[in-house]
Formats: sequence, C-alpha cells, structure tokens
Amino acid sequence: MSATLSYIKKKSPVHGLTGSTKFIFFLVWSLAAMITYDTRVLVAMFLMGVAFFKMSKLTWKDVRFAVLFMVWLIVVNLVALFLFAPEQGVEIYGTRTEIVHLFWRYSIIAEEMFYLFNFTLKYLAVIPVALLFILATDPSEFAASLNKIGVSYKVGYSVAIALRYIPDVQRDFREISQAQQARGIDLSKKDKLTARLKNSAAILFPLVLSSLDRIEVISNAMELRGFGKKKKRTWIVERPFKKADYTAILTAVCMMIVSLGCIWLNGGRFWNPFI
Amino acid sequence: MQKPIISFKDYTYHYRSQAEPTITNINLEIFEGERIIIVGPSGCGKSTLAHCLNGLNPFSYPGKTEGSLTICGVEADKSGIFELSQYVGTVLQDTDGQFIGMTVLEDIAFAMENDCVAQEEMIERTKAEAARVSLTEKLDAAPHALSGGQKQRVSMAGVMVNEVPILLFDEPLANLDPAAGRDAIELIDKLQKDGGKTVIIIEHRLEDAMHMGADRIIMMENGKIVNDTTPEELFLSNKLIEAGIREPLYLSALKYAGVALTKDMHVERMQNLALTDENKEQIRKWFAERSEKPPVEEKPEVLRVEDIHFGYTPEKENLTDISFSIKEGEMISIVGKNGAGKSTMAKLLCGFEKPGSGKLYLKGRDMGEDTIKERAEHIGYVMQNPNQMISKPMIYDEVALSLVMQNLPEDEIRERVFEALKICGLYEFRNWPINALSYGQKKRVTIASILVSRPRILILDEPTAGQDFRHYTEIMEFLKELNEKGYTVLMITHDMHLMLEYTNRSLVFSDGRKIADTTPEKLFSNPELLKQASLKETSLYALAEMCDLPPESYIRAFIEYDREVRS
Repeated sequence: MSATLSYIKKKSPVHGLTGSTKFIFFLVWSLAAMITYDTRVLVAMFLMGVAFFKMSKLTWKDVRFAVLFMVWLIVVNLVALFLFAPEQGVEIYGTRTEIVHLFWRYSIIAEEMFYLFNFTLKYLAVIPVALLFILATDPSEFAASLNKIGVSYKVGYSVAIALRYIPDVQRDFREISQAQQARGIDLSKKDKLTARLKNSAAILFPLVLSSLDRIEVISNAMELRGFGKKKKRTWIVERPFKKADYTAILTAVCMMIVSLGCIWLNGGRFWNPFI
Repeated sequence: MQKPIISFKDYTYHYRSQAEPTITNINLEIFEGERIIIVGPSGCGKSTLAHCLNGLNPFSYPGKTEGSLTICGVEADKSGIFELSQYVGTVLQDTDGQFIGMTVLEDIAFAMENDCVAQEEMIERTKAEAARVSLTEKLDAAPHALSGGQKQRVSMAGVMVNEVPILLFDEPLANLDPAAGRDAIELIDKLQKDGGKTVIIIEHRLEDAMHMGADRIIMMENGKIVNDTTPEELFLSNKLIEAGIREPLYLSALKYAGVALTKDMHVERMQNLALTDENKEQIRKWFAERSEKPPVEEKPEVLRVEDIHFGYTPEKENLTDISFSIKEGEMISIVGKNGAGKSTMAKLLCGFEKPGSGKLYLKGRDMGEDTIKERAEHIGYVMQNPNQMISKPMIYDEVALSLVMQNLPEDEIRERVFEALKICGLYEFRNWPINALSYGQKKRVTIASILVSRPRILILDEPTAGQDFRHYTEIMEFLKELNEKGYTVLMITHDMHLMLEYTNRSLVFSDGRKIADTTPEKLFSNPELLKQASLKETSLYALAEMCDLPPESYIRAFIEYDREVRS
C-alpha cells in the first residue's frame, strides 16, 4: 500500500494510451458525470469505470488508501447535505414519501435518499477514471499532454517540474525535521497550538530556503539549455495517436452525448422514478 | 597565430546588488581546443567569470559590464543567454539540481526539445550522446536511481547534444566521491580529444582536476587574474601556497624532502613525474629521519554498535550485521560511496530510525529505548548544509533555540549559550545577524546550537563538502580543537584529505556492510579496499612506491609532518 498517489508503471491497454488521451478522457468523462443525476447513466458510467480499472491491471492494493480516503470524504459530504437540506429530494422530485420520522425536521424520505444515492453515484462514476489518470499516466507525458490541449508549454513544464521535485522536497523535509527534533523541537507532541506553529517554523524556514536554492539551480539549468527560446517546443516522449486513443476519446464523447440526451429526454438533470 | 575562441579585454563585471565590481580588468584569451583550469579561493570571482561566459551574467543576474568579452566572434553583452548556449555548454556543480527531465532520455533531449527538433532525430541524437557517456542502459532511469557520477554524465550529454564548441564545468568534482571524480575527469578528457572541444574547468581541487593534465591554469584572487601559466610553471613556483590553494600532495612531499624542483622532472602530473636516483635518495633520507609517533593510550568506550540490521522497507536491508566500538576522544571518518549506509548508520545512532535488530550502547548502557531528545543530550548531529538547520535570524536565538524549547530558566540559557559560543569562537558575534556570517561561520553556529545541549559525541555529515582549502582548514581545525577538548567526533565524508589529515580511524561501508575498520594510512595503501569505498589512490602512495618506501608508514610520516608545518 502506498499513501501517496503516483505513477505505477505497468503494461496494459490503459497505460498504452497517450497522456493526452487520458487527460481528455478524464475531462470529458467528469463533465458528463457532473451534469447528470440520471441514475441509469451514472450506474453505467460507474460500471464502465470499474471495467477500465480492471483493464489497467492496477490492483485494489495500489488504491486502497486513496479510495478509503475518498469514501470518508463522500460520507462527510452526505451527512452535511442531509443535515443542512433534509428535504432537498422532495424539492427536486416533487413528491414526499416519508418512510420514518427521526426527530425535529429530519425524516428518512425516499426522495431524499434517492437524491443522496445519485449524488454518491456521481463520485463513484468519476473516481475510477480519476485514479487511472493519476496512476497510469507517465509523469513525463504530463507536460506534453497539457501542451497538446492548448496549455502553454511553460505552464505545463512547471507542473511537471513540480512533480519531479516532490520526492526531493519530501526528503529535505524529513531530514530537516529529524535534525530539528534532535534539538528538541517536537511537532508530534500535544503542545499548545501557538507553540506548535512556532516549532513548525523551525522546519519550514530552512525548507523554504533550501527549496529556493533548488529553484535557482533548476531555472538556471533550464535557461542555459534554451528553455523558453521559442514559442513552441517538441517532446521526445510524445506518442502518436493510435486507434485505441481515438476509440477511448470516442467512448467518452458518446458518454457525454448519452448524458446530454438523457437530460433532454428527462426534461432536466434529474431522472424521476417517483411519477 | 591561432584565433582566440574566447577573449576578455579589460573586462569588469559589477552586479547590480553589489557595492563593488566582482571581477575587474580581466584580460584573458582562450584558444580553440585548449583545456583550462581556473582555480582560486571561494569568492575570488571564478564563478562570476563562468556566469559571464554562459550568459547568466548579465541576463539572469543583472549587472554592469566594462571592457569587452567575445565568444566565438559574438559580443557577449549584446547577445543573449540562448545564443550563448549554442557556443558554451555549462555543466553545473549540483549534479541533482540540474537534472531537469523525469528520465535520462528526457534530460539529454531537453535542449533539442526547446529547439523544436523533430522527434525521430531527437531520439537518434539522444541515443548517440547516451552511448558517448556510456549510459545507454540507463535511458529510462529516473534521477533518484542514478549515482552522482551518472547524473553528471547525463548533464554532459545534455549539453553536448547541441554540438557546442566550448564546455564549461563549474566545480565538477564538488559533489562526487573521489573515484567518481576521477572517472569524470577521464571522461572529460576523452570527450575533448574525440570532439576537439575547448574545455574550461573551474575547480579548487587542483590535484584532482589535473589528473588528466591541462594546457593552462588560471589563478584568480580578489576578482583579478593573478597567474596565467602552464601547470608546470605554476607548480615550480610557490604561488599556490601564497594564494592559499592546496598544492598537489606529491609536490609538498618533494618540497618537504628538500628536493629542488626542476623543469625536467615533469611536475605537472604525478603520472609524468620523473625523479632521479638522487631525488629518490633524498626522499628516503627524509623518511628515515621521521620517527614513528607513539601509540595513543586506550580510552574508555563511549559507543558500541552490535549486530545491527536495518531496512527502510521490509524488502531490502540497508544495513547488514554492523558492529563497531568507539572510544572516547576519537576522531573517526565514516566512508563509502553514496547509498552504502553511512548516513543511515548516523540516523540509527541519533535515534531517527530504529534498528530492525541489534543493540546500541552508550557508555555501556543500552540506549535502544531512548528517544531522539534523550539521545541528543549525548550525541549531537550536524547536517551537511548549515542552511538546512538555521531557522532564526540572530545568532544568539539560533543557538538558544533548543534550550528555549525545554523552557529552561533564562539565566541558565544565557550561560549555556555563551559557553557554546565561546567554544566555537563566536562569542564576539553573539548579537550579529546570521546572514552576515561566512559559510564556515554559519557551520560553527550550527555546531554551537548543538553543543548547548552538552553532547560529548558529535556526528557531522560531510562537514567540508564544497569548501575551499581555507574554509576546509578553518572548519577542520575547529573540529580538531573540539576533539582535543575531549569531544568524540564522527564524520561522514568523501574527502580524502580530511580522512588522512584529521582522523585516526576510518570505518568503510559498502552495500550496507562494514567492510573495514582501519587507519586511514592502511586504507590508502590498500588499492582493493579503496575501490570498494569509491576512493582513489593518493599521489603519496605512488610516490612511496616510486621510492621503494612502505606506503602506509610513508603516508603517515607525511601527514604528521604536514600538520606540523601548517600549524
């Protein structure tokens, strides 16, 4: 299990897609899931997402931590939605089928439960695809794929460089905090908040300084090798689009059309089984 | 007459942020195919000179210029950093920091990508460059999977894809272990011979940089060029010593023995050195007069490590079966190549990591259960770069930090801070801001901030990395003083001079095992062991062999004599 999400190298049809394809797929797919509350569409998207995940040869172990974390987020989100707007479903679907009254203004209402269920489905439809984008996209292709969809290569490259340096900064952080701990600066203890803030400055101050040094070196190194010389640049890792890439993007676009079509058929974003 | 490829005429550079010009009245011509070494103490202006060549000055670090600088016929000031990068390829000092790409392949191709070279051509040229620096097998490797030497080779390939005529190396040896440094110099030599390039190496480790020779050595001091001659002429003079630059050890050895240096001796490289029988006899006579130092008395043990096994992950052991014992008042070097387990061992001693099995004893007491904080009262840990430890703007506050954290009474804090500052020779500076200090002084501040906790054992990670001879001497003499006051000092280091001159014992690590526990003299007379430790032979060893003297005793005699002379 890994607590951090990063690229996992494998050989699979999903890994074989170009970074741009995965990025476009992820964007279109998320948009399709975002606009609709149609249970049928969302269930279909979730199942397809799981199927894609299977295709990628990634395992449950690779994502367990991330998934559990997101499930926790969803639960928090659901509880909040219910607490603040317990009758939202009634408003949307126009009927009120109370199953059991709880207390004060809170009841278990079929419409509200259905609404929350659809809400959860939206997350579930996106999560597998998002995980695939993060775990199956070679970071080398990140910048190139951002560039391909129109983002300036300078912006794209700064994202890539940030990714490249995360492990280094993590190592710096660990080493600095260990050395400072040896001087009696402890962060783990249940000190007062002000004391802890002060203590963390003892780690952050050197960390920021050493990161600034790194930035100076890297920006010099990049400039000395001609970064920013021209309006465009080429990418050695860029891969040509293959049939699979077109198929994948077509799939996402189809999903988008289905999602839009259902909105048209339902006469709104919600599919209402209550009437 | 050949045309110069680089020509400085009365050139002065004045950084906008500085009160005074950093380099003044530089007159220097460098010809095509030459190999130049630029030496000089820190702050002499050699890096500024390099920045003027590659365009970082004035295009990234603004400043005013006077006089003229032409590179390949182009007026540097009126050019730009991108245009100059077509003529001058720069390999920076920080092997890790300048690695831009996610993999070797991308890093080598980086300059071509910026030039919009088509993909097929790029792949072809990248592979050709990778082959030239023997990295074909590593094309898909990420930077963290490479050694320092390999990363540097990637950088070399990355600047050479553009077929630049001039290669500029800014302290290429500073971040490498001695063996990797020797390989780097040999590779530079090969690349230059194959490609007819002009090579400029800025380096204060002159003997190592001279490993494959040079056409000229330019010596700088206070922003001026003070000497511009062939290595031979420079070595025959006394100018290096006068400028505070370490001269090659074999030269010192010859001088100590009273050998008069002459032109036919080919003193520029140890490999070329030709001594007459008379010279050799002089050296043997000098050696015979040196007496063996009496063995030091045995002191009580302060640290014992027993059968330690440790791995950061369960799959891989980073330390295997480590045992050693350290006596009070010893000064010990821990050596071995990167990833051999030296730093990991230090982390275990400080309690940052817990061993998988095995015991750690402090003065005979098992300290396995002690927290980091408890151990810090006995063992102080000083990081390599002082900037990684300093978190307060004022010296007093920085040194007081750990005591303030313990909420000690103010009187006691002041007393202990003053005591530590006095030990470190910083008492007069106690009310100064830290950024007014030199690197070496900052290092002392970090040591003082550790000493306030009154540990009797100090562990220092690479105390002299990247320091010139003067700072090296300053830091090491200070550590020696501490050692003489009874502190036990452990140093993780690649610096062969440090091991030889300042430690009486070396622990050699390789692949997570301790492969030797011996004196530095023995280590440096054992070629097999040196190879495993990623060190290299010193010229003293070669000199001893040349004169049929026992290398171990000869090295010891030299170091002792050298210490006497220098102090």
